[in-house]
Amino acid sequence: MSSAWLQAFGMVFDPYNIVVMLGASLFGLFVGAVPGLTATMATALLVPVTFFMAPIPAIAAMVTATAMAIFSGDIPGCLLRMPGTPASAAYTDEAYAMTKKGLAEIALGAGLVFSAVGGLFGTVVLMVAAPTLAEFALKFSSFEYFWLVLMGLTCAVFISSERPLKGLVTLFLGLLIACVGLGNPAAFPRFTFGNAELLGGIGMVPLMIGAFAVSEIIRYVVDTAPQALIVEAKIGNVFKGMWALAVKYPKQILRGSVLGTIVGALPGAGADIAAWMSYAMSKKFSKEPEKFGTGHVEGIVESGSANNSALAGAWIPALVFGIPGDSITAIVIGVLYMKNMNPGPTLFTTNPQNIYAVYLLFIIANLIMLPLGYLCIKVAKRILRVPRDVLMPVILLFCVVGAFAINNTGFDIGVMLVAGVIAYLLEMNGFPITPLILGVVLGGMLEENLVSSLIKSDGSVLAFFGRPIAATLGVVTLAIWFWPLVKRLFTRAVLPA
Amino acid sequence: MKLNDAIWGAALMVLAGLLFMHVQAFPAIPGQKIGPSAMPGALAIGLGICGAMLFLRGLRERAQVREAGGAGGGWIELPDWFASPPQIVGFGVLVVINLLYLFGVDRLGFIATGTIYLGALMWALRVPLIRAVPIAIVMTLLIHYAFYKLLKVPLPWGLLQSIAW
Repeated sequence: MSSAWLQAFGMVFDPYNIVVMLGASLFGLFVGAVPGLTATMATALLVPVTFFMAPIPAIAAMVTATAMAIFSGDIPGCLLRMPGTPASAAYTDEAYAMTKKGLAEIALGAGLVFSAVGGLFGTVVLMVAAPTLAEFALKFSSFEYFWLVLMGLTCAVFISSERPLKGLVTLFLGLLIACVGLGNPAAFPRFTFGNAELLGGIGMVPLMIGAFAVSEIIRYVVDTAPQALIVEAKIGNVFKGMWALAVKYPKQILRGSVLGTIVGALPGAGADIAAWMSYAMSKKFSKEPEKFGTGHVEGIVESGSANNSALAGAWIPALVFGIPGDSITAIVIGVLYMKNMNPGPTLFTTNPQNIYAVYLLFIIANLIMLPLGYLCIKVAKRILRVPRDVLMPVILLFCVVGAFAINNTGFDIGVMLVAGVIAYLLEMNGFPITPLILGVVLGGMLEENLVSSLIKSDGSVLAFFGRPIAATLGVVTLAIWFWPLVKRLFTRAVLPA
Repeated sequence: MKLNDAIWGAALMVLAGLLFMHVQAFPAIPGQKIGPSAMPGALAIGLGICGAMLFLRGLRERAQVREAGGAGGGWIELPDWFASPPQIVGFGVLVVINLLYLFGVDRLGFIATGTIYLGALMWALRVPLIRAVPIAIVMTLLIHYAFYKLLKVPLPWGLLQSIAW
């Protein structure tokens, strides 16, 4: 047991790994701080680079980059009212109002310190919950996994958008994309149309780089009024007054972290949703709700913790079941499979040093966030002055080469570009992209478990409710599906009376 | 380009129909009731139902907007950049330059194609050529170094094969 921990320490504090973590931190801080570049994009851009690394440095790069990016998205939000990443959008107005009142350093400091606190909280939950769940998951058979994946996909559709219908459409499209190729229980080439490249299916990595990075670049290129990022505010000492805030708002910090971790653990719902829900909750339970929106730090404390704890929470289902908690972990799961660290309960039993290494990485990432984030705030004005009209073409070329690098085939570049255009078109029409990505990532798992279950039960559907855990999961999933319908029928029945 | 939900619904229903017909031809797993057609078939049905609901919703929203006398509710809503030449040029360059890369990089080599790629895109984003060209050359060389030398990705040399390093 302790030898695994020693191994983990050895892997994490290896000099190469430390250099990777520092590089990834700077990358994450930069990407988060520039509006138009998102944390998911940062992860997607890292995949071609980490493809060539050993598993632990690869994961280290992704964990560190995303933790930093989710924090540094607060910086332009606070100084320019333009969130650097969607996760900071929930409290951008509040932070900007504080800057206008001359309190920029408090807003930024709160964002920094309580992001680290939230992240550490989420990591502790990860460390406690994941092994417990893994023990539980060892009892799972194909029936349970089928319902779990289905429940996860259902949550993703219903939570991530107000009108689930369009989310359902993109989910089906994602699942259909996953059907392309030989990778099905019958090993029958589906939808390949004679193309040898399609036999292996549509590459997940080019698809994700296209959907998250290329679509943003398209959006930037056709933007008729790109705003100049000029910071005028003065920033004082960001750490001053943070302890006083921690003493004043302990409940908020705890509540934000707990909500963030839970929302992060729900498939499809990530840091951005966690931040919105947390901000709304903060306002609802606040003793001074009227101050929200005028430049009041309470909401920032709570949702700042929430979005970083969501990052750690998302790893719980990802590591234990291979079901991504958010789009970032969807990409990471792809990387884990490539590195032969297949997520699942056996990861905890056969190679626990890898899991311990992941915990250590999370802890270190959240701790180095404090000094590095502080430096980032100091040079924020300079970062924001990097010309995006030079940056975006370079990122696009990087994406093209990155997509090529995975399989050395131009076909993947084509997939990436097509995915980018389709994602741009879909998002313009209100279709959320996250269910599509989840469908692509989980489609294979869903079908494999469905087909093996049906073969085992000889076609009987009742077998899906035969085992106790499977029955519970099945009932919960069906309940989530039919709840809106039942609610509507119920209110219609009650109202006339 | 924002299309009315009804158009999306109709397109999805057509797609679902085509998919469903296509998967009927899939062979079954010998001795089993379920085959490779099960999942795509079920998804096609689901997509068809969602398409139908979107279609109805689109028609209903259009009727509602018309009734309220609003300006929207058309079949197609063009994005604001369609009327703006610099952005149209930008998008056009984006498409052309990527096609050029896909079909030309093996013949021309990465360094040449990459430089043209970056230069053209920066020009389309209205970066003055005097800045764009040197940046394009330097960044292409940097990306080439990172991927070719450090990550050993076989980027094509093309025309520069003779001076390959």
